[in-house]
Amino acid sequence: MIWGVLQFPGSCDERDALHACELAAGEARLIWHESRDLDGVDAVVVPGGFSYGDYLRAGAVARFAPAMEAVAEMAAGGAPVLGICNGFQVLCEAGLLPGALLRNAELRFRCHQVELIAEGASSAELGGPEHPQLSSRSAFLAGIKPGERLSIPAKHGEGRYYAPDEMLDQLEANGQIAFRYADGHNSNGSQRDIAGVTNDAGNVLGLMPHPEHAVDPLTGSTDGLRLFRGAAAAVGEAAPA
Amino acid sequence: MAKARVLIRPKEGILDPQGKAVERALPALGFEGIEHVRVGRMVELEAEDTERLGELCEKLLANPLIEDYEIQPL
Repeated sequence: MIWGVLQFPGSCDERDALHACELAAGEARLIWHESRDLDGVDAVVVPGGFSYGDYLRAGAVARFAPAMEAVAEMAAGGAPVLGICNGFQVLCEAGLLPGALLRNAELRFRCHQVELIAEGASSAELGGPEHPQLSSRSAFLAGIKPGERLSIPAKHGEGRYYAPDEMLDQLEANGQIAFRYADGHNSNGSQRDIAGVTNDAGNVLGLMPHPEHAVDPLTGSTDGLRLFRGAAAAVGEAAPA
Repeated sequence: MAKARVLIRPKEGILDPQGKAVERALPALGFEGIEHVRVGRMVELEAEDTERLGELCEKLLANPLIEDYEIQPL
């Protein structure tokens, strides 16, 4: 398979994303933000960083990049699209994902390892009326069991997930919550501990923590690689790990 | 060209940590009795055609999910 990793002025995690994609399956190439042609890629990663300096609002300007038109077309066609950190902000601003990311509640830029809990149908132990247990439909979660914990680094100043309550209820009812922060790990004040959401179809996933930084035992965790393998499996490339 | 000013505020009910930080700093400087501080943005611009300023705000200057905006002709 061929992965495309977008590169905006101000992106900074695109190299790690390329590495993570290629560890999972196939080859990965950088796509400059001015390119309207994604050149036949099977899946897209919108990486982290500070696209266009995060001017106005994080992701607000990047959504108008020519490459984003092509990403929107791919997303509509069902291809896996992963937005990480700033990429998540861009996908929200572009309307490809629901909600918005606001300044961390404590105003601090936080950089630390976080524990995530994958949402899913059988994670009864998570229980509670505020966390109805429904299956996430994301391709990136193929091979990740509901309720499994993933250890992945997070580093951001604007990662507080926000959506109006009725929208959050709808997302939960639709199974669009992909990841929540485990107890004690929601350091940005995200509503309902939400760390990652998908679109209605499940092929577009955005999350604030950085799976591409958790792909090598040398840096402590390889949990992030599982998301990339999930996407590879979705396009028929490899079995999910 | 018509001059205009756009004021953008966090929506009512959404936590505004910048406003809170400013509010907490005030007593230390001797400013008592000030509350509900909210921090937003101001954009000044000149437009040939002000008809589409609302659309411009909806699409770029503000995120209608989290922010309210107000266009003031100057």
